[in-house]
Amino acid sequence: MSEFLTMGGYALFVWPAYGITALALTLTVALPLRRHRQLIRERRAMAVQRNRETHR
Amino acid sequence: MDSHIELTWRARFHRLGSPPAVYRLASKLLPWASALCGLCFAVGLYSGLVLAPTDYQQGESYRIIYIHVPAAWMSMFVYVVLAVSGGIGLIWRMKLAEAVARISAPVGAVYTFLALLTGSLWGKPMWGTWWIWDARLTSELILLFLYLGYMALQAAIDDRRTAARAGAVLALVGVINLPIIHYSVEWWNTLHQGPTVTKFDQPSIALSMLVPLLLMALAFQLHFLVALLARIRVEILDTERRTAWVADLLAGDPHV
Repeated sequence: MSEFLTMGGYALFVWPAYGITALALTLTVALPLRRHRQLIRERRAMAVQRNRETHR
Repeated sequence: MDSHIELTWRARFHRLGSPPAVYRLASKLLPWASALCGLCFAVGLYSGLVLAPTDYQQGESYRIIYIHVPAAWMSMFVYVVLAVSGGIGLIWRMKLAEAVARISAPVGAVYTFLALLTGSLWGKPMWGTWWIWDARLTSELILLFLYLGYMALQAAIDDRRTAARAGAVLALVGVINLPIIHYSVEWWNTLHQGPTVTKFDQPSIALSMLVPLLLMALAFQLHFLVALLARIRVEILDTERRTAWVADLLAGDPHV
């Protein structure tokens, strides 16, 4: 296991490469998913507000 | 009769590319594509980091190949998608093609950045330098600038249709950079190693190393698909926000 972690002495190069890639690929998908949820929530709140104002 | 048939086909094609249909399809495909992508990454990472043998020249440092090469391939593949969808939008004024071009650009920029970064992290222990201004590295850096230029253009022009057309012209002109990237290691003397996989007659890479590489390439392709699906939904919700079907969707219609 420790051999795996040290990557034959190249851990300082291999793991940052994998770590930053994992982070970047995750964000590339997670950010639009979060924005999608946000948009739906915002617009729904706006629609409810508008309904209230018309029924007053 | 002929014109009638043509009309129905055109109508069908039109419906297929209509925003509600694309939105629904994207929502339906997203969980499946994500699961498949995750699975591919799990298998690819395990076979690349654990099962694949150590390189006799480069030791364990060579394992960066499993993200470096797929990222570099994707940086060029996404650029082709950007240029082709931009071109389709330019010629046929297809809104969906324009949207695909616009949402592809930042994803392509991420792959290009990763190709450069992982290359740098691989170059340091192998060549003794983080960066050199050789043909392969410089042309890949130009690719990153092309993506960033495209994105800056989209942000600078308020009218989306105008921005899409201007961006498409930039993207199409930039295609010239792709063969330069690909052949740079053959045309110029460089530290960068030559092609190992695309010499299909006899790839100079062992099968036990090639299989994890292809698995990771597939995982990256699926990641691009997932990113596109996630982004196209946001894009459609945003551009179609004043339409009835989006209002229904937001009101909680379970059928949308």
